[in-house]
Amino acid sequence: MLLQQLINGLTLGSVYALIALGYTMVYGIIELINFAHGEIYMIGAYMGIVALAAAAALGLSEVSAALTLLGVFGAAMLYCGAYGVTMERVAYRPLRQAPRLSPLISALGMSIFLQNYVMLAQGARDKAFPALIGGGFEVGPARVTAIQLFIMATSLLLMFLLHTFVRRTRLGKAMRATAQDRRMAALVGINVDQIISVTFLIGSLLAGAAGVMVALYYGLVNFFIGYVAGIKAFTAAVLGGIGNIPGAMLGGLLLGLIESFGAGYISAEYKDVFAFAILVLVLIFRPAGLLGEQVPQRA
Amino acid sequence: MLRLEDVHTYYGNIHALRGVSLEVEEGEIVCLIGANGAGKSTTLMTISGVLRPARGRVLFGDEEIQEVRPDAIVARGICQVPEGRRIFPRLTVRENLEMGAFLRHDHRAVEAGLERVFTLFPVLRERVSQLGGTLSGGEQQMLAIARALMASPRLLLLDEPSLGLAPLMVQQIYAIIREINAAGTTIFLVEQNAHMALRVARRGYVMETGQVVLADRAPALLENEMVRKVYLGEV
Repeated sequence: MLLQQLINGLTLGSVYALIALGYTMVYGIIELINFAHGEIYMIGAYMGIVALAAAAALGLSEVSAALTLLGVFGAAMLYCGAYGVTMERVAYRPLRQAPRLSPLISALGMSIFLQNYVMLAQGARDKAFPALIGGGFEVGPARVTAIQLFIMATSLLLMFLLHTFVRRTRLGKAMRATAQDRRMAALVGINVDQIISVTFLIGSLLAGAAGVMVALYYGLVNFFIGYVAGIKAFTAAVLGGIGNIPGAMLGGLLLGLIESFGAGYISAEYKDVFAFAILVLVLIFRPAGLLGEQVPQRA
Repeated sequence: MLRLEDVHTYYGNIHALRGVSLEVEEGEIVCLIGANGAGKSTTLMTISGVLRPARGRVLFGDEEIQEVRPDAIVARGICQVPEGRRIFPRLTVRENLEMGAFLRHDHRAVEAGLERVFTLFPVLRERVSQLGGTLSGGEQQMLAIARALMASPRLLLLDEPSLGLAPLMVQQIYAIIREINAAGTTIFLVEQNAHMALRVARRGYVMETGQVVLADRAPALLENEMVRKVYLGEV
């Protein structure tokens, strides 16, 4: 039971972490809670279905399952990336100089718009996502499915890539500089608008991957999945310390574990309650999150 | 090299610059002195493209730059060390310097630039992997100047480089400003510490409530009665 909940929790948690990264990176740069981020994840799941159908029609799925999987992820992630960048251009950039509440309201509007748009385009019913990865094995009393392993490994890989990008590359460093002092970043020659676009792009790529993975895991997709997943990932980001990239990873994993253990040992029906109770508790007792600011602003 | 012609800039609702005209020639050190709130920093932010003037022109060489984005102004060779230094606190000293060279793609030139600033500021070499936010005020000022030099600017804008520093550190910073100028970089300096600024500058402007009220050679300003009274605190 313990081991089983641990495995389930880590699977769920790594997906939360991927989505939470998008919230936290955007918040780090422009101090906006992008409420439409969950919808990007939902669009990723739908795009997974579309890409899968396309792969089947092209005969790719008969040639190689691995290649199909790669194609589905690639398509969904790129599609979501385009959505994220466009969203920023249309809904947030024109409000860059506006009072802080305006982009927040714009984000809520974007979220409602995307949900309804997908509902009209794809229908309100659940859509089935074909199982691409089957099998699994027993570890003592617990069972690990191949799809769980796949989700954990892929998430880990993506987070490692992100970490390397942010730490080592010129663009990644410029992203951190912009998050720390946007005006100064402009004064050293960084094109801040471009960095903001890149931030939305990366967050949306990760959300797209998360969308496909959850669709693979549960086998069902509907237009509403982005809402709950979005709020949970937001909770994970706040738990880790909003604006903090390692914090989002940690917060996501912790939230997944808490939910899984709560569902296993207390009651599965209260699963969502745990997440939101955490959100309230963190906001009351430790609003800066677990990994809040680490270094003083000035000497 | 740089010319402002009748520049008006608003800061929110405040009419911060009310027709500023001034000029900096190639190779000079020029200072702009004035009380707190006179519009000195606004002038620099307007030159750097962070603030857009409502009226007037900013010329760099023969080109108008008042509509140009801040990053493109850096690309043209104007770098600013803003008030308060604004070190990236959670980047290391090295990363701060790398950000200064953000627009330079020649890896070897960047390494040479690093060597140059480490020669000017040996203490930075010792602190190279420390986070910017952990440096002392004087070290942060050095890092801020070094970061701007990494872009190898033609014109360096300095906003209150002596603010909050111990007298000895002020001397040191000004010696380095002279050195940078001697190596060929034009310098436009904003200061409340009028004494120090007028001693290194060739020419100076005095600013009051968004307007230039006095312009002269620096030695003449040091002798000027109004300047002595108001800005040098003499009787």
